[in-house]
Order: sequence, then C-alpha cells, then structure tokens
Amino acid sequence: MMNNIDKPTSTTGSDTQRAAFEAWQQNYDALIGEDTPVKNRSGIEVQPLYWPGGDPDGDYGDKLGFPGADPMTRGIYPTMHRGRTWSQRQLIGLGRPVDFNARIKKILASGASALSIIPCNSVYRGIDCDEVEPEILGTCGTIINTEEDMDICLADIPIDEISIGLNDPSPFTMLAQMLVVAEKRGIDWKKVTGTSNQSDYISHFVANHMFYRLSLQGARRVQLDTAAYLAEHVPNWNAFSIVGQHMQQAGATPAQAMGLTLSTAIQYAEDCKARGMEPEKFLERFTFFFDISISFFEEVAKFRAGRRIWNNLVTERFGVTNPRAKRFKFHAQTSGCDLTRQQPLNNIARVTVQAMAGILGGLQSMHTDGYDEVLSTPTEDSAKIAVSTQNILKHEAHLCDVIDPLGGSYYVESLTDAMEAEILDVIAQIDAEGGMFKAVESGFVQQLIGASALEFQDQVDSGEQIVVGVNAFAEDEDASARPTLKRPPKEHMEQQVERLKQNKAARDTDALTQALEGLRKAAQSEDTNIFAAEIDAIRAGATLGEIVKVLRDELGFGQPLVVA
Amino acid sequence: MTEVLLAPARVLVTKIGLDGHDRGSRIIAAYLRDAGMEVIYTNPWQAIDAVVALALEEDVDVIGISSLATDHLLVPKLMVALDAAGLGHVRVVVGGIVPDEDEADLLSAGVSKVFHPGAVREEIVSVVEQLAIAANNERPVD
Repeated sequence: MMNNIDKPTSTTGSDTQRAAFEAWQQNYDALIGEDTPVKNRSGIEVQPLYWPGGDPDGDYGDKLGFPGADPMTRGIYPTMHRGRTWSQRQLIGLGRPVDFNARIKKILASGASALSIIPCNSVYRGIDCDEVEPEILGTCGTIINTEEDMDICLADIPIDEISIGLNDPSPFTMLAQMLVVAEKRGIDWKKVTGTSNQSDYISHFVANHMFYRLSLQGARRVQLDTAAYLAEHVPNWNAFSIVGQHMQQAGATPAQAMGLTLSTAIQYAEDCKARGMEPEKFLERFTFFFDISISFFEEVAKFRAGRRIWNNLVTERFGVTNPRAKRFKFHAQTSGCDLTRQQPLNNIARVTVQAMAGILGGLQSMHTDGYDEVLSTPTEDSAKIAVSTQNILKHEAHLCDVIDPLGGSYYVESLTDAMEAEILDVIAQIDAEGGMFKAVESGFVQQLIGASALEFQDQVDSGEQIVVGVNAFAEDEDASARPTLKRPPKEHMEQQVERLKQNKAARDTDALTQALEGLRKAAQSEDTNIFAAEIDAIRAGATLGEIVKVLRDELGFGQPLVVA
Repeated sequence: MTEVLLAPARVLVTKIGLDGHDRGSRIIAAYLRDAGMEVIYTNPWQAIDAVVALALEEDVDVIGISSLATDHLLVPKLMVALDAAGLGHVRVVVGGIVPDEDEADLLSAGVSKVFHPGAVREEIVSVVEQLAIAANNERPVD
C-alpha cells in the first residue's frame, strides 16, 4: 500500500463531525456483533462506512480534475457519455462468411454501432479449414481463410463508415485481407477505422493461449512491423489493443489484471520507442480491452484508477504532453466467468450489473455476454437480449446523464485510491522482473495468475463467496428450459472446404509462390516490413494457413509457457 | 478386485482440438495433485494420437479432457483410439462447457463422467479416485 499515509488532514473533518463519527462507530460496533472483515476480489479490505474525515483527500485537481484533462480520473473526453455514449460492439461469428454477413446486418439494424468479427478457433490457430477435424469446424466462429471470405463477410457493409474490430492475432491476416478488400472496392485506407482487438501477443502467451500463433520474439517483430506500416498507411487504425481481459478471465484479480495490462502497455511503448517511433504519435493509437466482473464498485474503481495511472505514467515515463496520447480508451466485455450454468436466466441480471459497472467506469465500447454463454456458443436469441440490455441501460436507466456519476462518493474515491495503490504495486513487481516481456518468459506472471485463480475457486468451494444457484439457493433444474443448440450444418462446412479448394486451384501459382517467397525473405531480413509482404501475399491469393506457415517456419511456432 | 489404490492414481489432464482457455484445467490439476494424485499436465491443442501415446507412456488410470469451446466433439474419436491402443481400461472424464445433447453422446461413446461449471472439488476428486480404482482393476497384466 502506497497511498493513504502522510496526507494533509482534511479540513472537512471538524471536531464535531469526528465526535459524531466516533459515536456512530460505537453504535455500529455494539449492534453488529462480530463483524467479519470484508475484502473485495483484489484483496482490499472494505470498511462499513466512508466519510470525508476517514480518508483525508488530496488535492481535487491532482487526483480527479475534470474530464478530458489531467489526470483523467473522471473520463478521457470533456463530454464523455453525455456527448457520445459507447460503441456496442457485439462479438459474433458463426459458420460460413455468408452466415456471418446475414447476422451482422441484423445486429447492426438492432442498434449496434460497430462490428466485430470472431473467426473460427481454427483461424486462431492459423490453420485453413481443409486441415481441421470436421467435427469442430466453424462451431465457434466464422471461417475466414482468404480475401474472398473476408469480402463475403463484409458484403454491403460500408468499411469506411463503420468502426471495425477484428479478433485477429499476430500476424494480422484478417486485417491484411480487409485492407485488400477495401483496396478492391476503391476505399481509401486512410478512412478505415477500427482496432486489432487481439494484437496483444503477451496476453496470449500468458492466458487464452488460443490466439498464440508465433514465438514470443517472432510475434514481437511482426507487431512492430505492423504498427509501423499502419502508422504510415492506415493512420486511423488502432494497431494496439492491450488486453487485460484474458488475464482476469484466467484468474487474475481486477487489480492484478489492470496492473499487468499497464505493464504490458509499457513494454509495447518501450518497444515502439526503441524502433524510433514517436510516443506522442503512437500512444494515440493505443487502446485497451478489459473484463468487467460482477464486483461492481471494485470494477468502477479499477477503471477510474487505471485511467489516472495511465495518464500519469505516460507523462512521467514517456514525456507525453499531447492529451490525445494520454487517453485511456477502452473496450470492455462482461465476464463470462461470473455466469452460471445453473438457473441460466439469472445471467441476464449478472450481465446487467457488470455492464453498469463498465458504463459508470467510463468505457468507450462494450460487449455484453449472452446469458447462455456458459451452456454453449451463444444463440441468436440470447445475443439479442445482450444488445437490448445495453439499449435499456443507455436509453432508459439515465446512466449517461451525468459524467462520472460515482465520482465524489467517499467510498468510490477511497476505493479508487486503494485500487491505484494495488495496481502500482503490481507494476512495480513487473518492473523489478525486468519488464513484462521478461516476466512472462520466466513464468512469473503465469504463477501470479494461477495462484489467484485457485484462491478464488477455494472461496467458492468453501461458500465464502456465494454464487446464486451454485453453492446457495440451488434448485432442481428443468433442463428443457435451456436454449436449443445450433451448430452449423455439416453440408455448410463441406461447402466451405470445397470453396477453399476451388479458390486455391484458381490462383496464379507463379505469382503466389513469388509472394510467399517475398514474405519468407521479409521474415529472414531485419529491414523488410513483414506486414507489407503479407499484404502482397494476400493480393496474390495466399491463404491464412499459407501465410502463418511461412512465418512459423521463419519466426518460430508459438508454444505458451504452461505453468500448472 | 481392490477397493483402494496401492499407489497414487495417475491422471492425465489435457486439452485437445483448437481452444486454449486453461483456467479450468489448471485448477483441476491442482485439485487432483492436492488430493495426492500423480498429475500429468500438458499444453493445450494436443492431437488425439499424442494423448494416446502419453497415456500409454505414463500408464495413466484416468484422462481428464477440458473443453471450453467445442473440442469435446472430438472425444468419441479419442475413445476409439484408446481402445485400439489397448487402453480400454483407462477412464475418460470431460469437464467444461458441454451442452446436454453432447453429454449424452459422450456418455454413449464411453466417457465415464461429464463435469459442468459449478462442479465442486470433493465431487471431482472422489469421482476421479473411484474411476482410477476401476481402471486399475481392469488394467491388463502383461
């Protein structure tokens, strides 16, 4: 703990007030009986009551300030949700590109304002559909192997008018495919906006290994090449999305997840700087992606503290003065880990609370989970409810009328300070390990997260953490009330494999061989941009699997460090 | 027939297919290890042949497959491969996000037990222990 000591005594805590507080404390102690200490998920002990005299406050300007200015605690834009609410970025992906296209059009029509593409897990692994066991093909996302697949996914979608999120890990084949689609449609790349949501290879090494395709060093090289290429050619694309979500889902506490994410961002910023890129510029394109658990106040405080730390950190470590480069822009997703298989409709209530924490925490973009995520890949009906939940909160609940509405709450401010101290402590630990890259190479981070995951599970097992329907309020269940499962029909998948084969057969093999050789040479040399060579390979018709294979040959296959 | 194990149960905890979410498998590995079992733990994305080879080499009693996406759909293939390798005595359990329809298919393919979210430590440990005893009793003597 670093805060809350040696601070100026508050002028609001007069003697009369202190006496009144002490009288309340006596009453409380007498009435409560045995008061068990309450701790939040980050291990911070929470008091029964907060008041201004209990936590002498620092200067308002230093700690809170006004939205859009240092230290950004209250928000990164002067207008926040009063001006523009948040992007409803629902992650969807299913079956064939044509199925995705039909579904995304419906979702856009129902109020979503940005689109997000989730490919099939085989795409995450860097394998074309003709090499995947047919049982699991297309069951979790869309099969996107070629530029043609991407073109079908985005049919009738104005690429230059909508913000696009690609769940596209290194080497960013989906982005390369989308840029070639835009090029063929005559769209200026400078008008393309969006984010590479899964660019954070360090988080993939540590957790959610599914996205992990290349060796750590190889992924580092590809990321920097891509960032440099995009800065020049696609200047409104966010090349970096630093993902705290994976680590929190893997078991990190909210404070740990925020600290590890900020340490990862420091690592990427240092890498960009070492490559000669300008922090004032590249930091403008940093975005973050977090998990929102159901620990409501803790999540609000996590986001407020994260914003303040990032603002101060980029100022101190990277000498940034441009406010745009200090903005802690983040997307957040409600946590699937809090959802229960038992009494699944209860999950709608859980998602609502999680979403409120994200909104009051000042997010810029959100995905709300389908209530049935814990039963299967979410169905269309549950995805609709998830979008409606956002619309209800946005339009009916009056959550967006006031900027940072929980700011000034004695509790929330005190908790924000305490979370800040915890997060800074995590960052200091990672600094001491030599930075995030080294701390994941050694397994330090993996051990930290694994221990927290086990600790939380022990609390659930012991009943210390009550989970409704699981370890309390359990009921006999009517399994027939569960949503019916839909999987892509077998013939759809067979068609997709057939389509890939035809696509491959129709290519100019000389041009293709030459382009893939160009990609190989780029990977071998230190001074040719890999992402530029990848775009050339896509133009020549190379598939996802072919590109990933070349880069794996040259840069190493991604095996995560598993610490059980 | 024995009712107890003379040596610690040997359990392979792994993931097959494409998914890499491993919070669950790590927790299960820790549960079983804490209960005194010998746990063999692997990276995700194991091929079925690799799981069979490891099961043979490590002479395991039970294989635990963690599936958070849809990789459990490959488990029937694993059951066939285990049989073909003379490992019919090895018990297989699956844990994770397994829809009801799929659970029925897995059980009829020979899977001993499917654990869903919310399964508790005591139940998991005791089921795996009982299955290890059963596997041991059926292990072919060479």
